[in-house]
Parts: sequence; C-alpha cells; structure tokens
Amino acid sequence: MQFLTTVLLDGLVYASYLFIVSLGLTITFGVMKILNVAHGSFYAWGAYLASIAIIYLGENEYNSMFYYFSIFMAAIVAGLFFGFIIERFILRKMYGEDIHLIVLATFGIFWILEDLILIVFGADPLMPYYPAMELGGLEIAGVYQGVYSLTLSGLAVVVAFICWYFLKKTKWGKLLQSVIFDREVSVSMGINVTNVYLITFIIGGMLGALGGAYVAPTISISPGFAIDVVVMSFAVVVIGGMGSVPGALIGSLMVGMIRAFAVHQAPVLELFIIYAVMAIVLIIKPQGLFAPPKPRKI
Amino acid sequence: MFKGILKDQSVQTSIGVIFILLIFGSFILPEWMSNNFMYGMSRGLAVLGLMILWRTNLVSFGHALYYGFGAYAVALCQKFFGVTDILLRLLIAVAAAGLLGFALGFILRKYREIFFAMLSLAFSMVLYGLLAKAEFLGSTDGMSISPSTFFGTELGRIALFNFIGLVVILAIIFAQAYLRSSLGHLTTAIQDNEIRVEYLGYSVEKAIHIKYVISACLAGGAGGLMAASLGQVDPDSMVLWSVSGELVFVTIMSGLGNILAPFIGAVIFEFIRTYAFEWAPQAWQMIIGGTLLAIIFFSPGGLWSLFQKLNFLRKKNNE
Amino acid sequence: MKFGTMKTVSSVFMTFLFVIGTLFTTSVYAKDRIKVGVVSFLTGPAGGPFGIPAKQGAELVIDAINAGTMPAPYNKKGFAGATLDAIYSDESGGGTKQVALFRDFVQKQNVDAMIGYISSGNCMAIGPVADELKMLTVFSTCGTPRLYEEKLRSHVFRTQANAVGDSLAAAKYIADEYFKGKMTTAGKMYTGINQNYAWGQDSYKFFELGMKVYMPSAVGSSKPQFPKLFAGQYGTEISALSLDKAKVVHSSFWNGDWEAFVLQAMVRGFFKQKIVVSSVGGSAVDTLGKKFPDGVIMGTRGLVGLNVRDNKDPLNTWFVSEYKKRYKAWPLGPSYQYARSVMAYKLAMDKAAASAGKFPTQDQAISAMKGMKFKSFVDTIEFTRGGGHQAVHAISYGVTKYNKAKGEPEVENLKTYAATCIYPPAGVKSEDWINNGMPGRKCE
Repeated sequence: MQFLTTVLLDGLVYASYLFIVSLGLTITFGVMKILNVAHGSFYAWGAYLASIAIIYLGENEYNSMFYYFSIFMAAIVAGLFFGFIIERFILRKMYGEDIHLIVLATFGIFWILEDLILIVFGADPLMPYYPAMELGGLEIAGVYQGVYSLTLSGLAVVVAFICWYFLKKTKWGKLLQSVIFDREVSVSMGINVTNVYLITFIIGGMLGALGGAYVAPTISISPGFAIDVVVMSFAVVVIGGMGSVPGALIGSLMVGMIRAFAVHQAPVLELFIIYAVMAIVLIIKPQGLFAPPKPRKI
Repeated sequence: MFKGILKDQSVQTSIGVIFILLIFGSFILPEWMSNNFMYGMSRGLAVLGLMILWRTNLVSFGHALYYGFGAYAVALCQKFFGVTDILLRLLIAVAAAGLLGFALGFILRKYREIFFAMLSLAFSMVLYGLLAKAEFLGSTDGMSISPSTFFGTELGRIALFNFIGLVVILAIIFAQAYLRSSLGHLTTAIQDNEIRVEYLGYSVEKAIHIKYVISACLAGGAGGLMAASLGQVDPDSMVLWSVSGELVFVTIMSGLGNILAPFIGAVIFEFIRTYAFEWAPQAWQMIIGGTLLAIIFFSPGGLWSLFQKLNFLRKKNNE
Repeated sequence: MKFGTMKTVSSVFMTFLFVIGTLFTTSVYAKDRIKVGVVSFLTGPAGGPFGIPAKQGAELVIDAINAGTMPAPYNKKGFAGATLDAIYSDESGGGTKQVALFRDFVQKQNVDAMIGYISSGNCMAIGPVADELKMLTVFSTCGTPRLYEEKLRSHVFRTQANAVGDSLAAAKYIADEYFKGKMTTAGKMYTGINQNYAWGQDSYKFFELGMKVYMPSAVGSSKPQFPKLFAGQYGTEISALSLDKAKVVHSSFWNGDWEAFVLQAMVRGFFKQKIVVSSVGGSAVDTLGKKFPDGVIMGTRGLVGLNVRDNKDPLNTWFVSEYKKRYKAWPLGPSYQYARSVMAYKLAMDKAAASAGKFPTQDQAISAMKGMKFKSFVDTIEFTRGGGHQAVHAISYGVTKYNKAKGEPEVENLKTYAATCIYPPAGVKSEDWINNGMPGRKCE
C-alpha cells in the first residue's frame, strides 16, 4: 500500500510536469502541423528566466508570492519574445514547404537558442530552490514528499481545464478548431489564419516555458538540460496522438506512471521502457491513441 | 544493374575526386586533416543512406539507430570475440544493421511522412535507452575500439584512410547502380504517385523495404567505420536523437542532387565543426544551427547546387 | 574519362582545397616554450562546481611556475626551463567527441603534453588513444580503477588515486563510526545512489565489497539506484530510497547532480532519516553554505579541498591564500587535483632535464615520471601502482558541520586512511585483493 501510493504519487508528479510541457507541443502541431523541436528551447528559456528572478528574489528575501508571479512572467516573456521572433521571421516563410524541412529548421533554431543560453547565462548551474525549500515536505504514507512538486499536479489540472474551456466554450476556440480541421476553408470563410498561427505558436511556446519555469525550483538548471525534454515530450505527444489535447493528458499519465514504476522496480529499464511504449503505440495505432479525426478531402 | 556503370558521369567524377583526395591525404595533408576526411567519408555513407530514402520522400529521424548499431556491433564483437580485422568489422557492422533494418522494415514500410519519421525516432531511442543504462554495454561511457588490423597486421591511419576511401567508392558505384535501375527509378515514382505505381503492378511496400534495408546497411557501415577511425563509441554521440538530427542536417546541407554530394557535405561538416569548436567553443552549436537555417533559406538544393552555380561548371553543362 | 568529368573533378577539388587551405595555419614553437592542453569541464552541469575550479587551480600553478614564484620544492622557474603555454579546452560532449578533440590536440596543435580530464568515462576513452598517439598524458581527477587494471598504459599517468580507496575508506568509516557491534542486522543495511557510468558503478561496487569485509553482518539493499549522469531530477529516486529500509546511503555523485540531489532530498527530510556518505561532494558544501545539511559523511578524494583547508603546510597555505586572492573563493578538490598534475609534470621535466643534461625528450620525461615521488600540498604522493603510472595517496573522511560563529562550513571527526590501508599492493587487482580479505593491509 505504502509502495503503491508512493509510486502513484511519483508518477503523478512526473506526469503533470510532462503534461504541461507537451501540451504546447501538441497544440502547435494540431493547428500548424509543425513538429517543433525548438519547443525544448522555450522550456529552457522559461526555466532560466524564472531561475534568475527567483534567485534574485530569494537572496533579497522578498515575499514568496513574488516567486510565483515571476514564474508566470518568465513563461509569458519567453513565449512572447521567442514565439514572435521564430514564427514571424522564420516559420512564416516556410508554410507549405516540406514538413521535414520545417522540423529541421526548428532543430537549427534549437541549436542556436541552446548556445544563446550559454552566452547569456554562462555555464554555471542555477539552483532556484527557494520556493521548494519554503513549502518543505509532507509525509504521505510514511514517505516525505516535496509539497512544491505536488502543487505541479494542481497546476496541470488548472492548465488542462483552461485549455478545455477555451477550446470548447469560447468563440476563439471554435475558430481554432475550424483552422485545425481545414485551413483552406477557414481562409475562405474569412478567418485570419496568419494571426491564428502566430498566436497559437506563442501560446504553445508559453506553455513550454511555463513547464520549465515551474519545474525550475526542483531541478538544477544548466546548459543542455533541455535536450532530454525534447524527445520525452515528443514521446508523450506521439503516444497520445499528435495534435490531441486529451491525448497529451493520457500520454503524460502513461509515461509518468510507467517511468515511476520502472525506477522503483527495475531502474535499468527506466529509459528503455518509455520509448518502447512509444514504439509499440505507434505500431498498433500509428496515429496515436487519441488522434484527432482527419477531414476527408475531395 | 551494373552495366555501363563506370561510364556514368557522377560515378566517374566521384572516383576521380576521391582518388585525388586519397593521394593528397596519404602524402601531403597533415594527419588531422586526413582524420577529418576519414570521419567525413564515414559519416557520408550514412548520409548517402538518408539521401536514398529521401528520394522517396521518406525522412528518418532515427537513422542513428543503424549508425549506432553498426558501431556497437563492432565494439561488442571486439569485446566478446576479439574481432579487430577491418574487413570483418565492416562486414559485421553492415550485416548487423542490415538485419535490423530488414526486421524493422516490415513495420516501417507501411509508414509515410511524419509517422515514418516518428517511428524511426522511437526505435532509435529504444536502443539509446538500452545502451545508456546497461552496464555490460558500457552505459553512457561506451567502449573503446582498438586499432584495426588487416589479416593480422596492424593497420596504420593512412592505410585505414585509404580503406575507407575504397569502401566509399564501392558504395557510390553500388548506390548509383541501384538508383539507375528500374527498382531505383520506381521509388522515385512512388514519391510522385504511389497509387499509380501500384496500378503498374509493382509492390510499393516491397520496393520501399528494399530501399530501407540498403539505407540501413549504409548507415551501419558508416557507424562501423566511424567506430574504427575514432577508436571510441558511446550512446550520446552515436545513437541519441540529436545524432539522427545531425545526419538529416548533413543530408540537407549536401543536397539530394548528386551521389558525391553526401560525402562532400559530410567532410565540410567535419571541418565546420572542428573550426567552430576551436574558435568559438561557446557557440559552435550556434554556428551549426545558423548554417542549417542559412542552407534551408538560401540554398534549398544544398551545397551541390552551389557547385553547379559556379561559372565554369555551367559552361560545361551547356556544351 | 571524359574531359568534362575531369573538369568537374578538378573544380570540385580545387574549391575544396581552397576553402580548407585558407583556414590552415600552423605555429612552430621553439624549445623555450612548450604547449600543453588542459582539459576540464568548462560548460554544463560539471563546469561550475568542478571544471572551472579545476582550470583555475591549474592556471594558478602554471603561472606561478612560469614566473618562478611558487614555494619550494617547485621554486625553479619553468618546466625544464621552458615556459608553459596552456590551451584550455572543454571536456563536455562525451567520450567520442573528446577522442576526436584529443587527436586534434596532438596532430593539429602539436602539443607537448596533455593534462586534465575529470570524467572517468573520458579517461577510459582517452587512455588507449594517448598510448596509440604516443602522447604523454597526465590524468588529474578521474577515478575509475579500470584504467590500469584492464591494461597497463605506456604514456598515461594519473596523479589521483582511484575509486577503490574512496569507497573502501567510506566503508571503513561507516563500519568504525556508525555500525557498531550492538546494532541489529536490520539496522545495518545500506544502499546507494550513484551515476550510471564507470565512476558511479565502480564506486558503489567497491563500497559494497568493502562493507562485506569490514562489517560482514551488514546487508546491502537489493535496489541501489543508478540514474543517468547529468539527469538533474531525482524525485522518483528519492522516493525509492526513502521506501528502502537501509539507513546508510552511499553516493559518489559529483558536479551539479550532487547539488541538485542534496536540494531535492533536503526538502523531503531525507538527511534526517538517512546517514548519507558522499565520496566526492565537497563542492556543494561551499556552494550551499549554511543550507548544506549537517551530519553528512564527506570525503574529498585525498588530502585536498575542504578537509585540508586549515592545514599549515607552507605549500598548502600558499595555494589557499593565492587562490582566494585571485579567484575570491576557496580552492576545491579539483583545484588541488589539477594543480597537482601540473606539479608532477614539472618535477618530471626538471628531473629528466637534469639527467639528460639538455631539454628532455618525451621518452626521457616519461621515464623520469615513472615511479616518481613528489610533494603534494600536505602529503607526499608516489606513482607506485599501474606499473609506476598510477599514484596512490591517503584519503580522509569527516562529518559536515556548519560553524555559525565563523559563518563557514567545516568538517569534524576527520579520519585519514593511509594508502596501504585502502589500496592493494602493486600488481594485485583490487577486486581479488578485497575478496581475499585484503591481505597485508596496514592501517594507522
């Protein structure tokens, strides 16, 4: 019982983190049909900006509310700034090109932004542990858990709800869905697809950055730490179905739980098993578990 | 299939270029340059494999699977059976990757576009997950490869360099013969219209499967030769997804136009990397990423199309 | 071959040579200057806590020797009279990349020697290549015993003793100070969290072997953790260790991984429930300052860094004060280790020059270094293992305790174990020696 609770909790925390990170990726793919390798850069930049702010606030002993404020600000700034530049000046010139070429371009952007981090923030690892330290630990089933990590699940639920509400209940969301369904028809019906793309890309970027910024207090931030995140979020998105929001949720839960179980029971299989699941899902259901319906084109 | 292959102009050009390179590399150039040519030619084989696939519009984001598999096959055969002969090493690497490609080909031949890319990625990461965590496979340290031998005598660097050059020439002849054959032409037609090819009575899946195995063999051979020339294998520089990305990048940089292009592209990539790392160790990834974007935007045909734009070449084309 | 083809061939090739030729430069060095590559992590998680202090340690000593301002016995100016020009290079990117860079150092930059390397993975990769290229290489920090136990090396030296001693000393410290006879068997369990590569695997292996000799009644956990190097995120691993009944947790974590682990574990009360023994975590004690938990059993891989901060040996006081003056920080373990490699290289060069009567060749330097005895900062080190290429030295462990009055971290209950106590005699494999009950060991 104690074992199961702990594994489930560990899995849940990891899944929440994966969900926040990969949600942005799947939305970008759903709307724009772009697999964005540079999503990892958003993650990294969000984490770095938040770390700088948190370390400054922590050292000067500011009120802890500022930590959370700075985390969200970091996500917004990173998403807006890089999202705008990347979409407006690079990707916009590439729509309609071969999909692989676009992936490759985002790969190039990823490389560039990786080194930009090194140049701007230096090589030293950053450890913005103040918020996590402040919230401390909580004993659940005989094992101390970090309270801050647990709040990650709360954030995931909130993000998921906002996303669902936005897509299903608002006018903007419906607009977006029509673009996802058929771009050309949407254009002919007067939707400004250019703007929709820009905004989607920025929101996707913000979500990636939020993942990085929020998880920053629990990890050590150093150049190159995003490289594993890229492929991990790809795995989540592919398992769930590229472009599907519920898919990202299920994908994160699957990967999170499987990983937690592996680390507890068979640590050697930790990495192997995640990608094995990805491959198996692709073999059985190439479109992923929750692929959005494809329009029948005439 | 091989009829008149030696009269093919790209084959003649390739043989000529590599021949001169071998002479220069063996007698005139300093050793570090021959090293870079050696790495470039080895990696070029994998790029050639990707290029062949790309001509059917299949892009693998997981080709490091075969590259790494070939390299690790060489490493493991040395560790467990003491194999150091360069011919055996090459054969083992090609055969291992070929067999794996043959097995996975049954699944992958049904996939297209981004799904093909993603499933390839998944397979390569499965191998990565295995290698990075398993202690008896060296975990993230990988393994050392001792210098190669040839029928019992130790092979010097120059001899290895020439051996790799010869392998490249053979690979080029074979690949060009394949691309000129009806099977090769067929796969280009698949890119245009798959259904039409089926109506002509050919099996698209089978043609793709064959092509996939050829591509895997080339990548495996590349990994094996790279392992032999570097003297080291490890999962982060042989199997990780970013290595696959690098291979795709070199393919784009080289251009799909000519059979020699992958090798030129790969050699140039080695030199960019060497110098970028020496001059700007903090920004070498940025230089490579910038090159990639520049190529995509300004020279979508790759470097080969730049060569063709050179004046004296254009004259020749007008002859 | 057609004329057109010939033209294509030549044009392709000429463009090629042109591009490369314009970049191609060589520099020729006279005998009064030597060129040495110094490799350590300058980027990535291992940069700040390890690589940068290491580079600074080397830099300080190189500059002092070049200027002739270092105290005795290193007060003679230069390396066999020559001034050393160091080329600092980054160690990150994995073994394969480092091997390619090493070849470049030797063949493109024409260095006279190579010094450095922190990661055991990199040392395992570089070792064979250094022998192949016949390049005198002095490893500074890496600790895997496999380096010399798999094969003797002709051109490779290591001034740092290997992981066997670090782990055995840790096991002995635990056995002597914590697992006293009166405890129940269930209380005497241990586990570990180590990085999944040569250093981590070897460290835990020898810790386990050591525990079997020193405390046969203690039981090892069936599920020690081996996360990937540079993973940075240990939430699940900490849970798994918390669930484990073992009281003692051994860790050979280093670089940013260790800092990250400490912070993540601290939040969850880990250090209050477990006794953590760290074989190389000294860097975090300074970076985290008063936040670092008290009561962690800390090793520094020899008489360097944190554990010898207050030692009054003139060489040590010189090093500490110069280092603090120049870099505004305490020298850490790696700073000492890199400085020590430079010192060993200098001594060997001077010795070889004296016996040759002129500037020594590489072979003369190598035979001078083989089996050499040299003064380190507080102790004397000898190349007595690995055919005279592997140094051994004493290793100390202490318990961390923050000194509130001074505002600085300290260690208490320091115990030092002589090399004869924790390393097998020359020519004996560590594993065999321990399994035979460590015959001939001399502690005290």
